[in-house]
Amino acid sequence: MSETAKKPKKQMRPAIESGCPDGLQYMHPVMVRNFGQWVNHTHPRPGVLCHIAESGEAIWTVRAGTQRILDVFTLRKLCDIGDEFADGHVRFTIRSNIEYMVDAESKVEPLINALTEAGFMVGGTQNSVAMIAHTQGWLHCDIPGTDASGVVKAMMDELHEEFTSAEMPNRVHITTSCCQINCGGQGDIAINVQHTKPPKINHDLVANVCERPSVVARCPVAAIRPAMVNGKPSLEVDEKKCICCGACYPPCPPMQINDPEHSKLAIWVGGNHSNARSKPSFQKLVAAGIPNNPPRWPEATAIVKRILRCYKEDARDWERMNDWIDRIGWPRFFEITELPFTRFHIDNWRGSRKSLNSSSYIRF
Amino acid sequence: MSERDDKQHGTPMLDQLEDGPWPSFVSGIKRLRDDHPSDRVSGMANDLLGQLEHSYETRKGYWKGGTVSVYGYGGGIIPRFSEVGDMFPESREFHTLRVQPPAGNHYTTDALRQLADSWEKHGSGLVTFHGQTGNIMFIGATTESTQHFFDEINDYGFDLGGAGPCVRTAMSCVGSARCEMSCSNEHKIHRSLVNNFTDDVHRPALPYKFKFKVSGCPNDCMNSIERADFAVIGTWRDDMKVNQDEVKEYVGRKGRKHVIDNIITRCPTNALSLKDDDTLEVDNRNCVRCMHCLNVMPAALSPGDDKGVSILIGGKRTLKIGDMFGTVIVPFLRLETEEDYERLVEIAEETIDFFAENALEHERTGEMIERIGLVNFLEGIGVDVDPNMIAHPRESSYVRTDSWDEEAAKWFERRAEGDQQATAGGAS
Repeated sequence: MSETAKKPKKQMRPAIESGCPDGLQYMHPVMVRNFGQWVNHTHPRPGVLCHIAESGEAIWTVRAGTQRILDVFTLRKLCDIGDEFADGHVRFTIRSNIEYMVDAESKVEPLINALTEAGFMVGGTQNSVAMIAHTQGWLHCDIPGTDASGVVKAMMDELHEEFTSAEMPNRVHITTSCCQINCGGQGDIAINVQHTKPPKINHDLVANVCERPSVVARCPVAAIRPAMVNGKPSLEVDEKKCICCGACYPPCPPMQINDPEHSKLAIWVGGNHSNARSKPSFQKLVAAGIPNNPPRWPEATAIVKRILRCYKEDARDWERMNDWIDRIGWPRFFEITELPFTRFHIDNWRGSRKSLNSSSYIRF
Repeated sequence: MSERDDKQHGTPMLDQLEDGPWPSFVSGIKRLRDDHPSDRVSGMANDLLGQLEHSYETRKGYWKGGTVSVYGYGGGIIPRFSEVGDMFPESREFHTLRVQPPAGNHYTTDALRQLADSWEKHGSGLVTFHGQTGNIMFIGATTESTQHFFDEINDYGFDLGGAGPCVRTAMSCVGSARCEMSCSNEHKIHRSLVNNFTDDVHRPALPYKFKFKVSGCPNDCMNSIERADFAVIGTWRDDMKVNQDEVKEYVGRKGRKHVIDNIITRCPTNALSLKDDDTLEVDNRNCVRCMHCLNVMPAALSPGDDKGVSILIGGKRTLKIGDMFGTVIVPFLRLETEEDYERLVEIAEETIDFFAENALEHERTGEMIERIGLVNFLEGIGVDVDPNMIAHPRESSYVRTDSWDEEAAKWFERRAEGDQQATAGGAS
């Protein structure tokens, strides 16, 4: 054996499997001192919360929306504002808002001014339209039917006045998702991709790229079966059974589900994660067939605005979207939003009888 | 015209996303392209914009997955290779590193600057706080640079999160750090759970993903019931606290009609009543801790002192068999002593072990339970049945009840043990 072959390979650095870091090391000292000892909060103005601890200490939080996809310049700008106008401690909400915590009320106004001057909007608290929860889309995802950041930018441009005020009956959580995996999650309003045609299969690639049994197993309606096509092992789809969900596409990219024309957007309402007033609820389909129309998706935004307007006018204080519709009923919802009610709104998946009206309760 | 300007891709569609008042991610990526001193960062941003514009024009995505990780790990990175890399070579490899944020998503500006410095040195300069998985998403690294970036941030305390069929990065609400509704130490629960499973986070070997989420109260700001395989939600067992002076002040300020319409009649179990002297009567035995009245009158109402958590298992979104809420498997677990936390971790271990052994490939915990029935799952993890686990008893008569007497005897034994513990003051 030669000397070079014996030479040890460069030692790789073993990872330190430290997992989730302790948040306390970064937390504002007022929050550390009063950890678990908070007694009340107020909402002095949209985007600002004041929490009061048993000790009498208070902390003011100023919340600002961001573009979520941050370049390092923007991140440093947010840090500069935190150093000059706040106390150097921040956190992020799960809707990608940045929150600055300060220990004196006098710091709130200058902080808001600094954020506003830098182009950020302060809001998103309590009964406002919160920042839209979204995912990666065309910017980074491997299976997206649409973009995420662009849809949200276009919609927030139209909805920002409801972000910076707090005039809705209750908070409104909007989400977007670029496929039926629905990474954006449940929302009072959810804008999700809905495919309308079965996947187009590139039979030359299936055998090399896809583990066929797991693709067959992935289909919710057993519409996929192995087949020989042009002498090559491939897969075929029973297009009458196919529900165009796209579940086969991630494990088998040659089963292309995304289509520039036939991948549409659908709007769902009434998803609510909170236990307040009623048990958590899933969102329900209200509109589909909406064009996937970059760069500003005006058709989807128009429907979202219409639903929001009806909710704002008709819902009572503290009613979330689902509470409101539970009270007024679905026929009235479709009537006042002027959205068409179609055969597609009636569920036919397993357990769907529970979604039918098995009573004589009818509003006239 | 500089050399950079010559190479710029036209972005007529994306340019339209620079208009309007909301901060624009397009303008941010352009700043990296135009103003960043590093040609590497600038070039990556330019080709990323080029590919994104191409997606906008053709309404299709052009990223493909693959396999990339760091030394010793099997996951934590979302590999992205461009299908149109010949047109946009400098962003041909554009992987995301999922990095676990501190519990509660707290940072100092110094910590953020440190991360920004490392990321700019090795990656694209684009980052998201946070992705829907709860991770910091460092978007845009080459295969080669992932290791260098990871080594650097790992040295100062950050670690990769989960990606693929593994225990995923956990999430917890702001909770005890700032919120008066908090009934638990979300930080400690979050870190006790996920940091007990670092091996299962870094080396994907489960049937499918497994998510922990922790909310300090039933407002469930972490969406745990709908999004987590293992949801931990703070709650309390004794009476809620009522400051009657604050109630009277609120009634005086807002009026009785407002209080009746917005608080009394909104209680899901009719457990509230407004007395003639404008104080509040609470039927605590029938309060289900929904949080509504506390949310409306935070100064007057607060959680009790006997705090703990409920555990719900099996939440997930549509694919494959349909949407699922998590359902109760532990109605109440007190979390005060280290032994209490050990019990919480033990329940998680039993759940993940059972999931690993019994779920089908690509089947979530909730789907597995749907397939085998809740009772089989409970037996597998050694948890007794409890009427808090159901909305109502069985409606279907298709059931064999041969061992009814033995099962009934177990119930009475457990009741007797519970009563003894309660009188000894040690109920958990």
